[in-house]
Amino acid sequence: MSVFLKSTKRMQRSDRVYVAVSLLILLIAAVVMLFPLYFMVITSLDRPVEAASANQTLIPRYVTLESYKFFFQFSDHSLRWILNSAIVALCVTAGNVLVAGLAGYAFAKISFRGSRILFWMFLITMMIPYQVIQIPLYMLIINTFKLRDTYAALILPGLCTAYNIFLMKQFTTTLPTEILESAKIDGCSQPQIFTRIVAPLSKTVLSVMAITTFMDSWNNFLWPTLVITKDEMKTIQLGLTSFRFQNSTFFAPMMAGACIAALPMFILFFALQKYFLEGVTIGAVKG
Amino acid sequence: MTILRKRRALRREDEKWGYLFVAPAVILFLLFTAYPVLNAFRVSFQKYRPLGSTFIGLQNYKSTLSSSLFWKALWNTVVYTVGCVPVSLVISLGLSILLAPMRKWVQTIFKAAYYLPVLASGVTLSIVWLWIFSPFETGIFNQILGVLHIPSQNWLGSSKTAMLSLLIMVWLGNHGKNIIIYCSALAGIPNDLYEVADIEGASYFVKIRCIMLPLLKPTTLFLTVTGIITSFQVFQSAYLMTGGGPNHATTTIAYLIFTNAFTYFDFGAACAQALLMALITTVFAVFQFKFMGSDVEY
Repeated sequence: MSVFLKSTKRMQRSDRVYVAVSLLILLIAAVVMLFPLYFMVITSLDRPVEAASANQTLIPRYVTLESYKFFFQFSDHSLRWILNSAIVALCVTAGNVLVAGLAGYAFAKISFRGSRILFWMFLITMMIPYQVIQIPLYMLIINTFKLRDTYAALILPGLCTAYNIFLMKQFTTTLPTEILESAKIDGCSQPQIFTRIVAPLSKTVLSVMAITTFMDSWNNFLWPTLVITKDEMKTIQLGLTSFRFQNSTFFAPMMAGACIAALPMFILFFALQKYFLEGVTIGAVKG
Repeated sequence: MTILRKRRALRREDEKWGYLFVAPAVILFLLFTAYPVLNAFRVSFQKYRPLGSTFIGLQNYKSTLSSSLFWKALWNTVVYTVGCVPVSLVISLGLSILLAPMRKWVQTIFKAAYYLPVLASGVTLSIVWLWIFSPFETGIFNQILGVLHIPSQNWLGSSKTAMLSLLIMVWLGNHGKNIIIYCSALAGIPNDLYEVADIEGASYFVKIRCIMLPLLKPTTLFLTVTGIITSFQVFQSAYLMTGGGPNHATTTIAYLIFTNAFTYFDFGAACAQALLMALITTVFAVFQFKFMGSDVEY
């Protein structure tokens, strides 16, 4: 990995200085970027007092879980919010893995009339900003289907994204066609080929897809705001928002809520870091 | 003959499964994407009323283009985008150049650290920054600036600094994705090029200018276009931190569309504005790919 360092084996003094300075800059950047999260955690450990102008410090003055208690007591449904988020995110993730997985495979490896046109249709809609879709989609879900305050309203529109189809297609195109052909000759039907050959070989891309979809769904805020009004149907992001607007001076409990909303993603990240980091680059590869 | 017939039967069988496999995706797509997009055009020509909208032709577009608030929102969005994208590209490129030659485990630690803020939701981050930007002298951001002898500011509450505050939030936080993408692009540059440069006696900055930047051009193009498209749609921080204010200083297009639609229930005008916005982002994307993409192939 001697990109800048001279290709000779022994590090020279100037190289050591370069490495040290780089590390210092990288470290400062990391501290700056992690600061809001650190600040969130220490403020959440403060006491739940009304504190619009309280003295903010970098070192926690109190370490108490009172603010977490305060946040959970704000609504009878605060645990339900977390459950709702989990239900919605899991359904959306399962739907995307299955629906986009199948469609991506079919677009890549099965030849049928109209497949190119259909695939292009998906690609083009990836360019359309969400603002265009949001209003008619709202009218469809709320006015036509009358799905206000239901899980269906939260889950259905997200069940399959064009991006995930694109991702799956890009990956399955690289699988050797011979394997699929020989399976076919051995009498495998297409569903068997998918479950026994394609899915196991695409484990990485399917996991990446599952993780990014779960994260987007968990963090989604705009769509739930539009279709949910009842307190018990709120997702955690929505619950946190209503807490923020109703208790605009209770900062410590607000931070406690923010921590709670972020915690599941952090846990997932540390458990499955490889897939998260891979997920970032996998979509950026030029098609 | 029988082989041919068998093969044809197999192909027909395949075709059937192909349609079956894409069917759920296509149905969901027609219902929740294609139909809404087409409907957006229809609604944009209407005066929306809950019981029976009326066709009013181009009225929504005309009143949008003649409304000063729309142009102000467009200007704000452009300011935000111009403030976001180049700065964030420079920061992430700089950090990636420093990070790429490090050992693998060092890279992983830093990438994880830079990526952590990306995981937190927009709601979480905006609540934290709301507190950081506390307008009082006791607010942490004001305290830090106080060390540098900069007087306390009413960050989010003043129309002079509100947009700057939203930009600071981006500058200081959200580079994880870009850094990871740049690092993987840098890792893809063959080492021979640097070795040749060493033999030629090229300096550090020459190597950056003549090897890295040209070879990173496709990545930079990709990040620029996606960066512009996402910052053009900025909504959450405006909605949760400033409410578009003060005095419309942070009213972005996406925020304007949202309030027109879901505060005033003027769906027609909101759809017209959304379509105008889509037009702008599309032009951007096409223009950029044409302008910068001339020598992207390798």
